[in-house]
Amino acid sequence: MTAPILVSGPHIHSRFNVSRTMMAVMVCLSPATGFGLLHFGWPAVFLFLVTIVAALLFEVLCLALAGKPILRFATDGSAILTGWIVALTLPPWAPWWVGVTAAGLAIVIGKHVFGGLGQNLFNPAMVARAMLLVALPVQMTVWVDPVLGGPGGLGFQQALAVTFGGDIGIDAVSSASVLSHVQSQLDAGQPMQAILAEIGNIHDQFFGYVPGSLGETSAFLLLLGGVGLILMRVITVVIPLSVLGSVAVLSGAAWGIAPDSFPPPQVHLASGSLMFCAFFIATDYVTSPVTGLGKMIYGIGIGALIFIIRSWGAFPEGVAFAVLLMNACTPLIDEYVRPRIFGRTRAGKPIELGGKP
Amino acid sequence: MSILSFSGRFDPARLFSFKGGIHPETCKFLSADCAIEDMPIPALIRVPLQQHIGVEAEPVVARGDLVLKGQLIGKARGPVSSNIHAPTSGQVIAVGHFIAPHPSGLPVPTITIRPDGEDRWGPRLPRLHPESATPEQIAAQVAEAGIVGMGGATFPSAVKLNLRAKYDLQTLVINAAECEPYLTCDDRLMRERAEEIADGAGIMAKALGVSEIIVAIEANKPQAIEAMQRHKIALGHIMRIKTVPAQYPMGSEKHLVKTLTGKETPARALTAELGVVVHNAATAHAVHLAVRYGEPSISRVVTVSGRAVARPANLRALIGTPVSDLIAHCGGLVEDPERLLLGGPMMGQPIQNPRVPIVKGTGGVLALSERETRERDVMPCIRCGLCVQVCPMGLTPFELNTRIEAGDLEGAAKVGLLDCINCGCCSFTCPSNRPLVQTIQYAKGKLAERDSRKHQQEQAKRLAEARTARHEAIAEAKRAAMARRKAEMDANKKREAEAEALVAGAVEAIKSKEAAK
Amino acid sequence: MLSAVASMSAMGLGLGLLLGLAARKFHVETPPIVDEIERLLPGTNCGQCGFPGCRAGAEALVEGTAPVSLCPPGGRELAMELVQITGADLDAGGARDAREDVPQMVAFIFEDHCTGCTKCFKRCPTDAIVGANRQIHTVITDACIGCDACIEVCPTEAIILRPKPRTMRNWYWDKPDPEADGGDLDMRRSA
Repeated sequence: MTAPILVSGPHIHSRFNVSRTMMAVMVCLSPATGFGLLHFGWPAVFLFLVTIVAALLFEVLCLALAGKPILRFATDGSAILTGWIVALTLPPWAPWWVGVTAAGLAIVIGKHVFGGLGQNLFNPAMVARAMLLVALPVQMTVWVDPVLGGPGGLGFQQALAVTFGGDIGIDAVSSASVLSHVQSQLDAGQPMQAILAEIGNIHDQFFGYVPGSLGETSAFLLLLGGVGLILMRVITVVIPLSVLGSVAVLSGAAWGIAPDSFPPPQVHLASGSLMFCAFFIATDYVTSPVTGLGKMIYGIGIGALIFIIRSWGAFPEGVAFAVLLMNACTPLIDEYVRPRIFGRTRAGKPIELGGKP
Repeated sequence: MSILSFSGRFDPARLFSFKGGIHPETCKFLSADCAIEDMPIPALIRVPLQQHIGVEAEPVVARGDLVLKGQLIGKARGPVSSNIHAPTSGQVIAVGHFIAPHPSGLPVPTITIRPDGEDRWGPRLPRLHPESATPEQIAAQVAEAGIVGMGGATFPSAVKLNLRAKYDLQTLVINAAECEPYLTCDDRLMRERAEEIADGAGIMAKALGVSEIIVAIEANKPQAIEAMQRHKIALGHIMRIKTVPAQYPMGSEKHLVKTLTGKETPARALTAELGVVVHNAATAHAVHLAVRYGEPSISRVVTVSGRAVARPANLRALIGTPVSDLIAHCGGLVEDPERLLLGGPMMGQPIQNPRVPIVKGTGGVLALSERETRERDVMPCIRCGLCVQVCPMGLTPFELNTRIEAGDLEGAAKVGLLDCINCGCCSFTCPSNRPLVQTIQYAKGKLAERDSRKHQQEQAKRLAEARTARHEAIAEAKRAAMARRKAEMDANKKREAEAEALVAGAVEAIKSKEAAK
Repeated sequence: MLSAVASMSAMGLGLGLLLGLAARKFHVETPPIVDEIERLLPGTNCGQCGFPGCRAGAEALVEGTAPVSLCPPGGRELAMELVQITGADLDAGGARDAREDVPQMVAFIFEDHCTGCTKCFKRCPTDAIVGANRQIHTVITDACIGCDACIEVCPTEAIILRPKPRTMRNWYWDKPDPEADGGDLDMRRSA
């Protein structure tokens, strides 16, 4: 008999592990991703693959540089997931180098500069997105009409030219996303009623038949995936609910007060990027607080910031900045919002008997 | 409370319960249907003199002595110690040291007995009639029988029975939750010996001076619940059999009391502060045997289980039976175990050498195979917060871990390190498989060591000061003696001089007188 | 342009002046710390630091001629406390073991070599050695500070220092191998 191992208990373990968590998230992202790829056609598929492969390569490179075991860490799924999420936030017809740059920013600057898995202060995908939004404002806001990608859209050859040749070549591409349209029209002094009439019905928006980022158009499918994550117990309901709730409350209040200058709450809620943020971005373990109350504060903060940036900011879309700002607050929230220790008061003193039971 | 406790589908325990906890696969089916068998007397019995919290017992037999079953061989030393008795008749072949049934594997004072196979009883303790005995008599009998908490904490039970002197007690809780996976010894004991457990509970209630007895059983043991329901009269009291949710660590005293009463025991205090004393079901059984029949604590029911064991079983084994004998009795090992454990898989102690004996607190001997432990590579913490969600003490294990790894033990202590009960929920759930519990236990040990070192240094300082003072006192005394002698000498000289002067004066006077004449 | 330069300069001057005044006004006299350090030292005057007695050691520490890890009996804890008082760097001055936890050492007497000369227990600063003339001496490990004094005087070299023995009472789990998540090292044998 070989000598049994001597380590402290517990000696059994739950089935849960890091790779399983990552897998679960990917599974839940699949419907929205599939929808996006289908609707934006081959260029989107190429961009998606390029971004994920680039993320994986950057991960391997960083691990090699840091002298960490490559096989174990690169196969945990975290790099693929980061690449995946980054790809979903890109314009679907962006050239290949945008995908590679985004993946590089996310993996190298967003993650490994801080020390790798679990050490990063900011959400890697949002770091990449924010940096690109600032650095490449043109490439990051070229939206295409989903119809172009559909069955009647681009062929394989043309698609290769779009992604790798930098040849967009079709006039119809510079369509605007719903929120940027609303913002530009509001700036132009159009009344809200007219704008709302222009952007088509809320139903199309919710189900994703609108221009937008690769995987962020279908709020419905993202919501479905998010519910899946909650059911699989990968995330708790707190962050999504508080993000969506605070956006709904704030935009509802603003719309109630000044319906002419603010879009109604359903326009906000039907945007895919908000759903994506609420279920997949804000819930990132590494960069969100760990206690229930902390999560709630964090979620409300993100929701409020999204609403503020969307309403008064220079960008029509505020998710990336909102998330990054609240990421920065996470250590502070974790320091001050702690669970109460059993048998102690919140202040840490043993509870007094005779008080409330 | 009484309004809530009516039987029915409404389960009041659900109302309270506690925050956190986990639901591991219990694997109790491996041994739950195996009736308790008597383990044959092994070839050698090694009885450690330290089977309880507190000071080790003092051996009262010598090598070569013949002992009878139930004879006192180790005497309790100090208030939190416990008597040790010979589990069977035979010859003492060594009074020395043997490997402790403990992960350290350090030597522990042990009495080795070679059984003669006759299992002859020596004189038993005088029987007590609990109906007429005083609480003091019952507690004394329990102390004499060397009964300790058999749930694993091994705290001398008599000390707990004497708590009535210090606290205002109302309730005795019989802890039969048995929340550790795999273990079925209490479950079997309740199914087979419900009446005796009830009697033991009644005796303990009498010793504690309480009239309310609650038996808490996890919902996953319906047969045990039924058996206890059938025998719920304990020494005239009707016990309340309460089903508690199957949730680990339900068997933790404070969490069980929280679940039953909704009251939280203050940190660093006993449940007795709430008027509740908790005893294990197996302890109640041992008390029954000790009081009714005068039998000391010399055997217990042990679950031998795990998928590396050929035939899992529940065995009534003598204290001091080697683990290897128990496993051999269960058909041996079918594969090399990944872990060999005393106790349950959550809080049990791993051992390396299967020759170590079982002790009074050993509820299980587990040989776990690799697929049961699900040991995986350790990954970095991803701050998922699962450990915070499951911690029944409301701690932040991942943060403790980070601080300890950075060497900041004092910081860890500030955020609750010492409130940790080592239940293992955090390590169990951690998706990165981090050894949180071991890190925390290391930190606790290190802090205790530092404290004792500091204490010792202060003591050394006092000793050194005392020594310096002593030396100074001696020197001072010497100086004083010298000075005294000198003063004496001076005084003598002075006196002599004075005398001389006097004489001289007298002579002078005489001379002058004569001259005058 | 000019007004900006002027206003910035004025502000700089003004604030600088304010800071300078505040430094004078709220100046705190740093108390002599020799006494404070001496109070922390074991006070056994064992001489292991190379200075005659704890007082001299404390003075040397304040002068900067001794590292914070000067006192082996005090160990890591004392070094940490001294760092807090003196503000010195833990690594400075060749403090080799200051960061590491050195196991506590205690004296141990080989009984076969002991002649019972009583030299050691006369020398012991904490009275940790007991014995009588021409009888074997023994060390009370709980009182021993591992100071070396007895070893120096033993005529038969019967005393050594060894790590304080681990017992069931002071045993605790090892720290899990920190390499386990950095390298591919298995943490199986860490205990």
